[in-house]
Amino acid sequence: MVRDAVKRYRRNLENVPEDSPEFNEYHRAIVLKWVFICACITVMIIVMGVAITIGDTPIGFFETYEIIFNHLLHGAPPEGSPEFLKDYLVINIRMPRIVIGMIVGSALAACGVVMQNALKNPLADPYTTGVSSGAVFGVTISSLLGVTIVSDVYYISTFVNAFVFSLVPVLIILLISKLRSVSPVTMIMAGISVMYVFNAMSTVLKLMADPNDLADLYKWSVGSLTFVGWGAVPLMLSTTAVGLAIMMVLTKRLNILATGDENATAMGVNVDSMRRFLLLIVAMVAAVNVGFVGLIGFVGLVAPHIARIFVGADNRYLLPASAAFGAALLIAADLIGRTIIYPSILQVGVITAFMGGPMFLWLLLRKNSNMW
Amino acid sequence: MVLDDVSFTLDGPGLVCIIGPNGVGKSTLMKCLIKINKPTGGDLRINDRSVSEMSIKDVSKVVGYVPPFSDDLFSMTVMDTILIGRHNHQKWRTSKKDLAMVHNVMELLDIGDLAMQQFSKLSAGQHQRVALARGLVEETEILLLDEPTSNLDVRHQVFVIEMLRALAEADDKLVLMISHDLNLAAKYAHKVILMEYPGKLRAIGDPAEVITEENIRDVYGVECEVVNHGGRPHVILGSALK
Repeated sequence: MVRDAVKRYRRNLENVPEDSPEFNEYHRAIVLKWVFICACITVMIIVMGVAITIGDTPIGFFETYEIIFNHLLHGAPPEGSPEFLKDYLVINIRMPRIVIGMIVGSALAACGVVMQNALKNPLADPYTTGVSSGAVFGVTISSLLGVTIVSDVYYISTFVNAFVFSLVPVLIILLISKLRSVSPVTMIMAGISVMYVFNAMSTVLKLMADPNDLADLYKWSVGSLTFVGWGAVPLMLSTTAVGLAIMMVLTKRLNILATGDENATAMGVNVDSMRRFLLLIVAMVAAVNVGFVGLIGFVGLVAPHIARIFVGADNRYLLPASAAFGAALLIAADLIGRTIIYPSILQVGVITAFMGGPMFLWLLLRKNSNMW
Repeated sequence: MVLDDVSFTLDGPGLVCIIGPNGVGKSTLMKCLIKINKPTGGDLRINDRSVSEMSIKDVSKVVGYVPPFSDDLFSMTVMDTILIGRHNHQKWRTSKKDLAMVHNVMELLDIGDLAMQQFSKLSAGQHQRVALARGLVEETEILLLDEPTSNLDVRHQVFVIEMLRALAEADDKLVLMISHDLNLAAKYAHKVILMEYPGKLRAIGDPAEVITEENIRDVYGVECEVVNHGGRPHVILGSALK
């Protein structure tokens, strides 16, 4: 009887069935994953429109898209024309924070996905592992003490400082993971301890700094999308795009890595070098974003978990879904921050912390469902 | 030292069972073969190539591995979990061939109805069958299984081991499995490897040559009677020796 089953199995290998209930169900699940990703992108576009309408000069919801569309097609209207002011307001004043929000949101969420899988820890993200704090310290010494590792060009020196110092927690986590019988909890604890040390060092620098330098630095350090404008976008966008593309190519191997080190080795993945490389990419992407917008927590932690509820744990879909959801989440948080106590503004980092806390509690409560 | 002076050659396809008490290095031996553990000395060779000179990727193309348990952190559906086993055949996208392979293996192992269920929701026995399916879809010429039947009920234990034997014969595969069930090994294995403490090879050969009263008593410390059942040994266990 078993031999018959094996014979049937071997015969079926030659005749690939075109249709089966499992195939249909599987394809339906894939379509639903793409629906979620498209829904996040749609929400992101709608939030962008709403966010651009907010401000002293009234601009209509659909008008915003028209202005952006015309600007992309025909460039800026001539100075002095009736459309010039609105074009200037939308493109130069209101758009940068939204574009930066999208880049940062998608970058942090993608970093969260990669770290959670590479470190096999559902609590890992650039914030909880100290990577962001390292980047913040690197930028703090550059802006308060003028200590830069390379170049006098502001954007480059900020990025390099942030990147180099974000590597410190990565190195510590990697060193600790080499020790025998280290649990994922220990790794995350190591990251948290590094985060505290870097935060303390940043605070010491702020205490010693000139009070005039502090106001801006404080706003930046709690997470602000307005600290830099279009000038930082090319560097942020290109670094993030390259980083996310590499992560995307490696998602299949990330799936294997998530099955455990021994399994992954048996399946042909060199675990140590893959983990090192992934964390290097995460540090690069996190540094370029945190370096320019400051500490924004919870997006990297929460966005992957929420996306995982909708698209499952297959990183080939989870990574783009988390990136789209993170981008939508961050610009929505920024929109809330700008409107909740209007005309005063709450920094986006404060809002993500307010939103992220309850969201995370909700996640913990439904932990025993099917996530982790 | 976990393993010492363990030397043997397995040529040709077939089902080979590794038996021996806990802690004698059965799993370590398997892990050395797939480069999870690095031996401090000696040489392991696959198809006349030294494992130490092969990359992890090269080994994985020849040798599949089914672990005793799976610690998948973020649960996927059963279908996605098994599809991971296609890593060496699959591009970034899942092909029809991959899906067909997974479909056929699920049908063979009678887990088709679990296809879209979350892996984390399954029982230990179902986990084990999914892990086995993941190993089978790798389509490697050598398959290593570390206690693949430990959580299975009797019917599934017999089914799995009969299936492994049939696959080994039909596909010219070398299937090497660790088992604690002496009678399953005796009944179905083409060859048995008996290991003893401390990390030594006690015997290798046909089940009748290896599973003897003397070997079982010396290696396991258990009195037993070994009877002939259809030309194969059958162990009737007695008392444990002090």
